[in-house]
Amino acid sequence: MSDNLILGGKEFRSRFFVGTGKFSSSRLIPDVVRVSGTELVTVAVRRVNPDAGEENMLKFIPEGVTVMANTSGARTADEAVRIARLAREMGCGNFVKIEVIRDMKYLFPDNEETLAATKTLAAEGFAVLPYISPDPVICRKLEDAGAAAVMPLGSPIGTNRGIRTRELIEIIIENSNVPVVVDAGIGLPSHAAEAMEMGADAVLVNTAVATAEDPVIIAEAFALAIRAGRMAFLANARAPRKEASASSPLTGFLGE
Amino acid sequence: MNIQDMIEKWNSFDFEGYFSKVTDGDIGNALAREHSDEYDLLALLSPAADKYLEQMARKARELTVRHFGRVIQLYIPLYLANFCSNSCVYCGFSARNRFERSKLSMDEIESNAAEIARTGMKHLLILTGESRKDTPPEYIADAVRRLRKYFPSVSIEVYPMEKDEYRMLKDAGVDGLTIYQETYDRKVYSEVHPAGRKRDYAYRLDTPARGAEAGFRWVNIGALYGLADPAKEAFMSALHAKYLQNKYIDTEISLSLPRMNEAEGGYHAKYTLGDRDYVKTMLAFRIFLPRAGITLSTRERAEFRDRLLPLGITRISAGSMTTVGGYDVHSADVPQFEVSDCRSVDEVVKAIAANGYEPVFQDWVAL
Repeated sequence: MSDNLILGGKEFRSRFFVGTGKFSSSRLIPDVVRVSGTELVTVAVRRVNPDAGEENMLKFIPEGVTVMANTSGARTADEAVRIARLAREMGCGNFVKIEVIRDMKYLFPDNEETLAATKTLAAEGFAVLPYISPDPVICRKLEDAGAAAVMPLGSPIGTNRGIRTRELIEIIIENSNVPVVVDAGIGLPSHAAEAMEMGADAVLVNTAVATAEDPVIIAEAFALAIRAGRMAFLANARAPRKEASASSPLTGFLGE
Repeated sequence: MNIQDMIEKWNSFDFEGYFSKVTDGDIGNALAREHSDEYDLLALLSPAADKYLEQMARKARELTVRHFGRVIQLYIPLYLANFCSNSCVYCGFSARNRFERSKLSMDEIESNAAEIARTGMKHLLILTGESRKDTPPEYIADAVRRLRKYFPSVSIEVYPMEKDEYRMLKDAGVDGLTIYQETYDRKVYSEVHPAGRKRDYAYRLDTPARGAEAGFRWVNIGALYGLADPAKEAFMSALHAKYLQNKYIDTEISLSLPRMNEAEGGYHAKYTLGDRDYVKTMLAFRIFLPRAGITLSTRERAEFRDRLLPLGITRISAGSMTTVGGYDVHSADVPQFEVSDCRSVDEVVKAIAANGYEPVFQDWVAL
């Protein structure tokens, strides 16, 4: 049975999305892509320098891998929209991660501006994946605005603290009609597995891969964890419970 | 509490007395805490922290990599003019120094821009002496409009301005502001700024806030180390940065740690911030302000700069000339300070890569 992810009209076998923002060298990207099996990588438009020739980051992304431009650096909906249009002109395709951040201390996304940008860009035919603080109400609004997926944060960006927003993400997953991609905060393969076991459709990891001592090995570890987590979800693995479940029921003497 | 009151309050603090009582336990706590406070910062700046340098370095490196990744952004300065109406006793551009002053024409600005752009640099910092009369805000705005044809990011390090003037410069294409308090010690400030508009300590202290309110995306501050007690200067500048970071959440705040080099005028620094203390200060900044940028100029020696890369630096200059228009026309001008790292952009880029970091030329979308 196929368990592929359909996103923005495209089919993905891998549920592991990789961010490229913090690598020590863009030259690592092809190896990370190879071992992780990822089919979608994000690229910050502000980092793309078409004049850079061989150093142009886009040149390191293997053929067949979907590029998702992100609007990092944007502080308003208007800026995000302009960056997304610029990305499309630069040949980044029509997948865009909306990232609107005004809080430079904690880097929390601005959900309101993100919604406004999503409305505009979805109407222009972009496959819009908005990065948000996990608010189930905003997720419904994003869905109505035409978002291709929603991307709630697991914990603040770059913190590697795992799924600290679990309760909210569970509600989002339960109610969402579009794929849910957990983005930000995933620091260990076990965090990624947890997200997938919860029923997330995919995870996006950047810091934990890019800043590991060996980004290639950790990328493979993440890929395995994401696959394991997805399989556990599909198997409908039972969640842990506090009370024991007796194999000889106490009321068994009553019969059927 | 506003920044004036905050600095005033801490100016009367007994730093020496506090430093003498810092224990190993205080430093252990400062290193263990996720969010450090002012007293943790004091502990990390104290002499007792000297033997914890390695632990501080490990924590600082971990925080830097976590928040910024293994990337270093590059920028290059361009001096537009060296006219100055102040008499700062430590600066080569001081009005008291007799030398032929110069100022680039718009065409000279463009030819310098073309030369710099050939190196691949995308982030440009423009500087002038502090003379409103010779380099008025309109001149700077005109220059920025020309320069934006070559660079997606242009920032300024010029005399303090009013908020409306900063707004005008922002509209012309300026995205960032660097302004140094020079010294946070009021008494020393008065001594080293004997004449000119720069004498107004309070006006200068409020300048970064005016820049943030005008909408600059980033503001870089700092003290010039050599004028007053370095530990106090470091503490005050970090406090100032934290104040700005908390008040202007949509502005990126960064710090620089310029050490005084030899300049025209023969001023000899009264205080020395040695290499070990320089590193300790930078590490304390990173631990106290995990998300603040830390900028490093070519005032520092090449080999020292390379060693600092993994410890907290996020932004570094390269290929710098500190004379007016030094990139194009033959320039025999007086530099503002002596450059200690004379490597080319290419050489700095190679050194960054050799240290396991990615040099980032473009970190900006020109909208």
